[in-house]
Amino acid sequence: MTDQTTGGDVRLTGISKTYGSFTAVHPLDLTVPQGSFFALLGASGCGKTTTLRMIAGLEDPTTGTISLGDRDVTDLPPYKRPVNTVFQSYALFPHMDISENIAFGLRRRGIKSVKKQVDDMLELVQLGDKAHHKPHQLSGGQQQRVAVARALINHPQVLLLDEPLGALDLKLRRQMQLELKRIQTEVGITFVHVTHDQEEAMTMADQVAVMNGGRVEQLGAPADLYENPRTTFVANFLGTSNLIGAEVLETGSDVVVSAGGATLRLPGDRCTDAVRTGGGLLVGVRPEKISLTHADDADTIAGGRNRVTGRIADSSFIGVSTQYVVDSPAGAGLQVYEQNIERDARLVPGAEVVLHWNPAHTFGLDADQDIDAGVETVEDAS
Amino acid sequence: MTTTLTKEAPGPVEEPVLRKPSARKRLVPYWLLLPGILWLVVFFALPLVYQASTSVQTGSLEEGFQVTWHFRTYLDAFTEYWPQLVTSLLYAGTATVLCLLLGYPLAYLIAFKAGRWRNLLLVLVIAPFFTSFLIRTLAWKTILADDSLVVDVLNALHVLDVTSWLGWTEGERVLATPMAVVCGLTYNFLPFMILPLYTSLERIDGRLHEAARDLYASPATTFRKVTFPLSMPGVVSGTLLTFIPASGDYVNAELLGSTDTKMIGNVIQSQFLRVLDYPTAAALSFILMAIVLLMVTVYIRKAGTEDLV
Repeated sequence: MTDQTTGGDVRLTGISKTYGSFTAVHPLDLTVPQGSFFALLGASGCGKTTTLRMIAGLEDPTTGTISLGDRDVTDLPPYKRPVNTVFQSYALFPHMDISENIAFGLRRRGIKSVKKQVDDMLELVQLGDKAHHKPHQLSGGQQQRVAVARALINHPQVLLLDEPLGALDLKLRRQMQLELKRIQTEVGITFVHVTHDQEEAMTMADQVAVMNGGRVEQLGAPADLYENPRTTFVANFLGTSNLIGAEVLETGSDVVVSAGGATLRLPGDRCTDAVRTGGGLLVGVRPEKISLTHADDADTIAGGRNRVTGRIADSSFIGVSTQYVVDSPAGAGLQVYEQNIERDARLVPGAEVVLHWNPAHTFGLDADQDIDAGVETVEDAS
Repeated sequence: MTTTLTKEAPGPVEEPVLRKPSARKRLVPYWLLLPGILWLVVFFALPLVYQASTSVQTGSLEEGFQVTWHFRTYLDAFTEYWPQLVTSLLYAGTATVLCLLLGYPLAYLIAFKAGRWRNLLLVLVIAPFFTSFLIRTLAWKTILADDSLVVDVLNALHVLDVTSWLGWTEGERVLATPMAVVCGLTYNFLPFMILPLYTSLERIDGRLHEAARDLYASPATTFRKVTFPLSMPGVVSGTLLTFIPASGDYVNAELLGSTDTKMIGNVIQSQFLRVLDYPTAAALSFILMAIVLLMVTVYIRKAGTEDLV
């Protein structure tokens, strides 16, 4: 991305990791462009942390190679790699004060005059007055910033962040997301960020790799992943999707399908390649793309829109929006998010409604997948 | 009900009373402390006072001892027995260092590398306690006997030539030499070194090692800069638990040593039980206690354990 000569892309080639009979990471190829903010997103146990630890050198890959720029670092121990990590638990050295913690990496490389750099770094993370405190005297957010400073001061080619915000409360987390993004823009170092929080990944990263079961499901810019998920896992894990099982009636530049008595259209280029007439297709649409009209006003809906009829099963008022759950012949529990601009008082549970949306906002997924893959269950939610 | 309440209500408005814990509840901590305090008073404080008074008495067993505030006993005892005091501190110090050198790697192994063998290894560390202290020390007599395998091997390797030259052993003998006493002390106090070391090593977060490695510290540097400093509480308590009892020990010198390897414990024991010079014995006990207290204070100050988490 930039023309820095010190760096280079992080390239993982056929990298995999197995523990006994358990495969944590299936062979994967991944290129992280230099200077980018790259997120590895997935639920716990999907192999994202293992992948990160292999880049750090804390875990030996079972197969494959890792290179930084032109240099193969697969066999280098962690202390010889130009890579630093911000650990989930921060792992600050409890017996050293903040400035010693930050200076640790520089001192190990034999740099004697560290004061200026440590001060600059404390300035960057806004902890100038805490230089001589011990880690346990700092709050979680401050410790987190020390961990970032301790890694960044070494000017690594790549900064690895292992769920660095996991231990913080929601408000602080939002604040630190912006902070990290600011720091990344300021220093221009490649960040590889591991997280299970899809919102965090989308807010911060230029590129997101969604991982599931030790594999990369899909890779792309956040908006691209959100708008054009290629698997049900990505569709459900990133935000919420309404997925409807349908039968394909017609293919071409527009694909026409039938679902629960409704005929729906979607652009052919937003469909899986496996689409064929008479076959199955999972039709998806995001809840915020759908409009809700009371069945009595159905004739006011503009022509050419996809329509599905149903009955409101539940509604919850969120403030900026109202979230409706609609049961329809096409599918039960369809989600609709309506902005609270002009609320129709008739839209209460039990009301007969028509769901309609622009066909261009519809995507089609391969029907041979688990329709519920990646749906966040109560235990996962955090 | 309400009427009765309103009847009693007139009169000054009552201040909202903050509920204090009842007297009984407040006394609970003291009741819990009581057995320990009683124990300390009866078996530590009182004997200490009694010893202190003995140390400034004069007289003999036949005529009875009188408190005459004869502080000269201290000076006399010190002048006569300072070589044994020095020997004690030297042997105890050497044994402590040896315990640390032997115990640290073992504690490190148990804490970080033993995996599922960890508990078994810990049991093995304390297994010797299932046998009497005396019997175990007597066993060393056999191990270090003149014609024993150990001594033969050491002789064959000419190790004893070196140790004899250093004055640790005599000729081809190990038994009844300083080395035998130090071996016994090291052996007997090793578990007291390993257990505290293990406890403080085990508490170290493994991710700190990873963080150090990630920050350009080689394994050796990681140990020097992270592991060892963080294990200091264990090092301090282990060395204290070894050095303090070892410096007052007399069993090892009695069973494995000779008249030339007498420690201060042996002197105190013979003054009390054979010579029956109670004042001198008591004075020597106090001198030893004072020296050890002084050394420990300086040591703890230096090691700076209060600074550690």
